[in-house]
Amino acid sequence: MALLEVNNLDVRFALRGGDVRALRDVCFTLDRGERLGIVGESGAGKSVAAFSLLNLIAKPGYIAGGSIIFDGKELSGMKDRGLRRVRGNRISMIFQDPMMTLNPVLSIGEQMVESLKAHRRISTREARAIALHKLNQVQIPSPETRLDQYPHELSGGMRQRVIIAIALLLDPDIIIADEPTTALDVTIQAEIMDLLLELCDKHNVGLVLITHDLGVVSQVTQRMLVMYAGRVIEQGPTREIINGPQHPYTQGLINALPQMATPGSRLNQIPGSMPSLSNLPSGCAFHPRCGFVNDANGAPRKACLDKVPGFVDSGNCRVACHMVAELVNQQQRDSREEVL
Amino acid sequence: MSDTIVPGRWARFRDSYLLYSFKRDLIAQVSLVIFALLIFAAVFAPWLAPANPYDLAQIDILASELPPFWIDGADPAYLMGTDAQGRDLLSTILYGARVSLIIGFGAVLMQAVIGVSFGLMAGYLGGRVDAFLMRLADIQLSFSTLMVAIIVGALVKAIFGGATFSEYAVPLLVLIIGLAEWPQYARTVRASVLAERSKEYVDAARVMGLKSRRIMFRHILPNTLSPIFVISTVQVANAIISEAALSFLGLGMPETHPSLGSLIKSGFDYIQSGSWWITLIPGAVLVILVLVINLLGDWLRDVLNPRLYKG
Amino acid sequence: MTAAVSQHDPKASAATAGNREQDTAAPLMEIRHLHKRFSLSGDFLEQLKFKSGKLIREQEYVHAINGIDLDIRRGEALCVVGESGCGKSTVARTVMGLLAPSQGEIRYEGQRIDNLSTKELLPYRRRMQMIFQNPYASLNPRMTIQQTLEEPIRLHHPDWSKERVRDQVRDVMDSVGIDSDWGPRFGHEFSGGQRQRIAIARALAVDPEFIVADEPISALDVSIQAQVLNLMMEAQQQRNLTYLFITHDLAVVEHFGTRVAVMYLGMVCELAPTGTLFAKPRHPYTQALLSAIPRLEDDRPQHIRLQGEVPTPVNLPSGCVFHGRCPHANERCRKEVPTLIDVEDGARVACHGVEEGRL
Repeated sequence: MALLEVNNLDVRFALRGGDVRALRDVCFTLDRGERLGIVGESGAGKSVAAFSLLNLIAKPGYIAGGSIIFDGKELSGMKDRGLRRVRGNRISMIFQDPMMTLNPVLSIGEQMVESLKAHRRISTREARAIALHKLNQVQIPSPETRLDQYPHELSGGMRQRVIIAIALLLDPDIIIADEPTTALDVTIQAEIMDLLLELCDKHNVGLVLITHDLGVVSQVTQRMLVMYAGRVIEQGPTREIINGPQHPYTQGLINALPQMATPGSRLNQIPGSMPSLSNLPSGCAFHPRCGFVNDANGAPRKACLDKVPGFVDSGNCRVACHMVAELVNQQQRDSREEVL
Repeated sequence: MSDTIVPGRWARFRDSYLLYSFKRDLIAQVSLVIFALLIFAAVFAPWLAPANPYDLAQIDILASELPPFWIDGADPAYLMGTDAQGRDLLSTILYGARVSLIIGFGAVLMQAVIGVSFGLMAGYLGGRVDAFLMRLADIQLSFSTLMVAIIVGALVKAIFGGATFSEYAVPLLVLIIGLAEWPQYARTVRASVLAERSKEYVDAARVMGLKSRRIMFRHILPNTLSPIFVISTVQVANAIISEAALSFLGLGMPETHPSLGSLIKSGFDYIQSGSWWITLIPGAVLVILVLVINLLGDWLRDVLNPRLYKG
Repeated sequence: MTAAVSQHDPKASAATAGNREQDTAAPLMEIRHLHKRFSLSGDFLEQLKFKSGKLIREQEYVHAINGIDLDIRRGEALCVVGESGCGKSTVARTVMGLLAPSQGEIRYEGQRIDNLSTKELLPYRRRMQMIFQNPYASLNPRMTIQQTLEEPIRLHHPDWSKERVRDQVRDVMDSVGIDSDWGPRFGHEFSGGQRQRIAIARALAVDPEFIVADEPISALDVSIQAQVLNLMMEAQQQRNLTYLFITHDLAVVEHFGTRVAVMYLGMVCELAPTGTLFAKPRHPYTQALLSAIPRLEDDRPQHIRLQGEVPTPVNLPSGCVFHGRCPHANERCRKEVPTLIDVEDGARVACHGVEEGRL
């Protein structure tokens, strides 16, 4: 059985115009030590998904349905008390902004000791030793002095290392990382990603990596989900999706990258922009932007306009598109022609 | 341009968060109703009041210190009783509220004009202009309103005589309170100008080649209106209180032309002799007036505060 | 299935980029010995300090730009890349006159523009415009789109009739793909991508020839980035624009740039035609930067790890600003500041190692 199993997760925000459904029918699993990427553009619901895993969505958001089963226990209806035992302890989070985790008026050491003592019965001295060990693991230079420094004395890259050390503090089973390197420079980003990857591997920690950066996902994760307008629209092994995306949106997203076009030529853009969650189009939410919505005669397909697509198994991937079968056939035809 | 897709101003207002939150806030609604009634009564005092307290011919000294209607010995002609000079208290309060509100709004208008322009200049131009204007504000704040009032009052009385002072009491009080409290505006506006100035639309306006004055008034000022509205409510309430305090101390409106403050003062001597209503009724009106303005201001601050309000 | 995604070949791209390369006679804009520092010490009173019994005036500076020489040629897209704090945005803002240079000169068609008054600068304002990073902050929230777009036209063409201004606004809205019926709407009613289109329309409204774009797509989503980049390239072809494009995204540079200037701590460490730079990066910092881009390719290439972190621009390192993190630094690098020297393929590199042939 998977370590984490999310079924039909439904998250809503109670707003003044009525409920806005931020997540619909989100399903995925994570095995022990597995690295899963959640990709999507802003507003796709990827951060909401991460936050709802630990029931951290703030009002007016609430979990309206579905289940989150972690290590055999249901989390979605759990009281705060039980959740606290899981949060930070067995599942920890890394945010985009390190200052969301770090308290600016406490030293790094104090914060690490505090969270250790909140979950374990150990002395301050033992806790400090563990903290020091973890700082060593994230390869921070002169960790002893860092323990007594305050967050503002560290650079952005250093802070994110400290965050990783804190996330690893209680030897969690899963780390949820929400855009952990987006605020950092490329060279630092590469180092932090390397570090995270190495540590997760070494300690057999599962990683849920939320990002908009397809390059990062393709290098770090084993499986990925692509989200659009609150739904998962494609999921499967990362390599297969990156090399052969099946959903028209995933295709569009990958083909829109500058590295996919000859320099100076026109980029393959997806027309339009993601609809607002409070005003979703009927049927498949992607259909107004989709290049495959029209049939051979140029008329829009009824299914795309009327029916929300369910998941179709296609190879090792699952795709939520009415057109998958046809698209795959066409691609195979295309590649045969290319070979010929 | 088709009107079907672009909502007009009225439609936008109907759709706005302002109206929405007003509809859900009972305190704001009650406050607005009371405030509107008080304004209405003050504006239309000459038509609403049973008597004209400024008209000496209508005053009957024999009818002085009559109690309000619910106490024995009241004269039904004087609903709220009369003061020590025999003026109808209801009429005097209506006229007094009128004077208080004129001074309150007038002073705030003056504060706003000085404070907003200084704040805009200090925030946008920065450097020496900023340092100079803000030190000026510090100096101004270190004088209390009372001191300004005493100095100006004494000067005017010494140069032009007491009669002139009484005659021009309203504009003088507007001037005094306006001068004394402009730094509140200047500081608030400066703070929000500093926040706005770092936004890219201001850079865009500069890159376009617009003059500083146009950028300040056309681009930055409209974006600092929310805090200006919020402090305006507080400042109106403060100005009314300041005026009442000055008048109570004899530095404000003369008793022949009373504001709420001077009414309270005129009745103060008679509290001991049992005629409490001359002081307490105008006092209650003053408290209610200031309270509803502050409550409305609180509501406005909650609604307009961008940190609390999210789309 | 791999056919859906064309694998990218860096050699082919180098060749095409090389073909686009063209040398034109006089540069449109020249930046000479540009320095910009910001005082950290506040006003005069805050600068006074007591030290060993004496009252002294002490000032600390952030050295954002430390001597930059750049030519921007007519019709090219010069990209400036670097990590945060390297001074690339300061270059953009100084070029546009939003900041006054501490030292150095900026010339537009040979005419010095950095010391002109607002009024004298006005004719240049029409010819050079700017696009900003954050489309959520670059539109005045209290102005309608129509007002936003009319303002620059009215300012620079006070003699135009109302109809002519309105026609110009409609034309420019059409050209960036914004429905011209949306004029009476406010910026907040639009999505990020649409707002950036409006911001581009505002820059294009006065028919400029030179546009400074400061991270114009970094705040946008991937699918929208492509739209905006396409729009900017279209505008360049149709209007014969020259771009100074500031970005941290090397993939965008590779696609968009004619030439690239790589900046580190306020200095240009490598300046080369795009194809050359990506095919053969010479400066150790450029090499590290290029190797750190996350790519879609299967095998994760070992990226070059740099030691330490970027030093603060308050106390600049002696010699080459990069020496503290450079794996090839020697004694000379620690002492002597390298200057840009010409190497083959039209590239210029500021590195003692390259000059000496060690690298």
